[in-house]
Amino acid sequence: MRSFLSNLTPEQQVGLLFVLVFGLLTLVTVAGILVSLRESKSSATEPSDRAQQLDELQPLLRTAWLMALVFWVGWAAGDGVATVLFGLVSFLILREFISLSPTRRGDHRSLLLAFFAVLPMQYALVWTRQFDLFTVFIPVYAFLTITAVSALAGDTERFLERNAKLQWGIMVCVYGMSHVPALLMLDFPGFTGKTAFLVFFLVLVVQTCMLVQHLSERHWQTTDGSALTDRFRWRSWGAGLLAGCLVGALLAGITPFSLLTAVAMALVACVAGTLGHLVMKAIKRDRGVIHWGADGRSVTGASGLLDRVDALCFAAPVFFHSVRWTFNL
Amino acid sequence: MNIRAKAMSLFLLGLVRLLTGAQARWYGCPPKAEQRIYFANHQSHADLVLMWAALPQELRSITRPIAAKDYWTASTFKRWITTEVFNAVYVEREKKGDEDPLQPLIDALDSGDSLILFPEGTRGFTEDPQPFKSGLYNLAKRFPGVVLVPAWIHNVQRVMPKGEVVPVPVLCSVTFGAPIALGADEPRADFLVRAREAVMAMRDV
Repeated sequence: MRSFLSNLTPEQQVGLLFVLVFGLLTLVTVAGILVSLRESKSSATEPSDRAQQLDELQPLLRTAWLMALVFWVGWAAGDGVATVLFGLVSFLILREFISLSPTRRGDHRSLLLAFFAVLPMQYALVWTRQFDLFTVFIPVYAFLTITAVSALAGDTERFLERNAKLQWGIMVCVYGMSHVPALLMLDFPGFTGKTAFLVFFLVLVVQTCMLVQHLSERHWQTTDGSALTDRFRWRSWGAGLLAGCLVGALLAGITPFSLLTAVAMALVACVAGTLGHLVMKAIKRDRGVIHWGADGRSVTGASGLLDRVDALCFAAPVFFHSVRWTFNL
Repeated sequence: MNIRAKAMSLFLLGLVRLLTGAQARWYGCPPKAEQRIYFANHQSHADLVLMWAALPQELRSITRPIAAKDYWTASTFKRWITTEVFNAVYVEREKKGDEDPLQPLIDALDSGDSLILFPEGTRGFTEDPQPFKSGLYNLAKRFPGVVLVPAWIHNVQRVMPKGEVVPVPVLCSVTFGAPIALGADEPRADFLVRAREAVMAMRDV
């Protein structure tokens, strides 16, 4: 088995990975349909908890399909298309973020700059592999430019607050997200053509961790508290991290990492991802919504994409730089 | 609609959806192919495009927005896009001579079209819409069979504030409320206040 795998070309290996992922998704989807058929027959009288849980799983499954498709198209069509696809995701989540942060007339020019200059520039830097500039472009240059443009507009009402929100949006939605395609561009000696595995590793590890944390939170739920910290349980967090590390160890074979490094990388990504998700939850509470999407009090028609990818936005930069420094790339 | 107008309308629809989402929320009434006057708050030139994009395809073809003649016929392109793509009805903002400024609207309603109307007359700067002008009342009185649907346009002023030309991507939506009707002998002022309140009521649902 092992020799069969290592005899395949990198392209065949990645292709095999996608066959596995899509096969798994198909199995889960079919199972979900079968279970929902049985549920509707047996429990027509009493709506069960399981049916409700199934309903909550549906959007997760849809996102998984969507993400898998995006990755597949990105891989099949080459790095350029992958970068553009992730740029589009950035655009959509920044749009969701900005829609829920009140802006004033004076912010118009800074918003234009953020959407139509900073975002494309950042992804262009990814595409041309200028990793040094790519790392400092937003925190150093865009940080000053956008604030300066805002100051030039002359509206000082709640100036710091408005600018802080905009900067935050850019940091999470553009800077964070752009590190995912940047992983594809990393130039590992002896690992050429297989950097898609790194993205796969990151996404799977972080999503597994989030899912396990979420499920165990529901399982161990003792209070119905509404405060943020009531929902966050150290025990479920630990369970999530453990699951993430386990998946990381299992996937060590497809990465350039040794077993121990893989576990460490998975741990770093999971900690960053889950804590980032918690921070985004706090921001949503501040804005008075439960989800960015239509489930909450959304009047904007946001599809809730940001809910799904926020952990990735925080995990990707940390993971990217850990990999770069560990391997001196 | 010729090929160029068709292409332009598809392009505009795509652009508006990418920038704003252009989501329609049918809160008080379903989308229905009856003769209607949609009236909404007005804060940006993009209002017209957003309302047009939010309507379903079948209604879009029978619903005509009102456009200010002096602004929208100022250049060949503006005139082309309002005529060919939006199929707009032009009105004069200033009354000229003794000709009724509502005449084009009356003609359109007579021929069975639905209308999109911004009864404030001009774009506002403030949170609340300005007092409504009497055009809505006159039309309601003359066409009692036409259904009056209030609508609130969310967020558009953030997409393109007065005086700016490049739009910023912000999610927008149009909320359609329950139809209102002119009472048997309701005074003009009361009706206009009631219509304005019906529009504002859609802001917070």
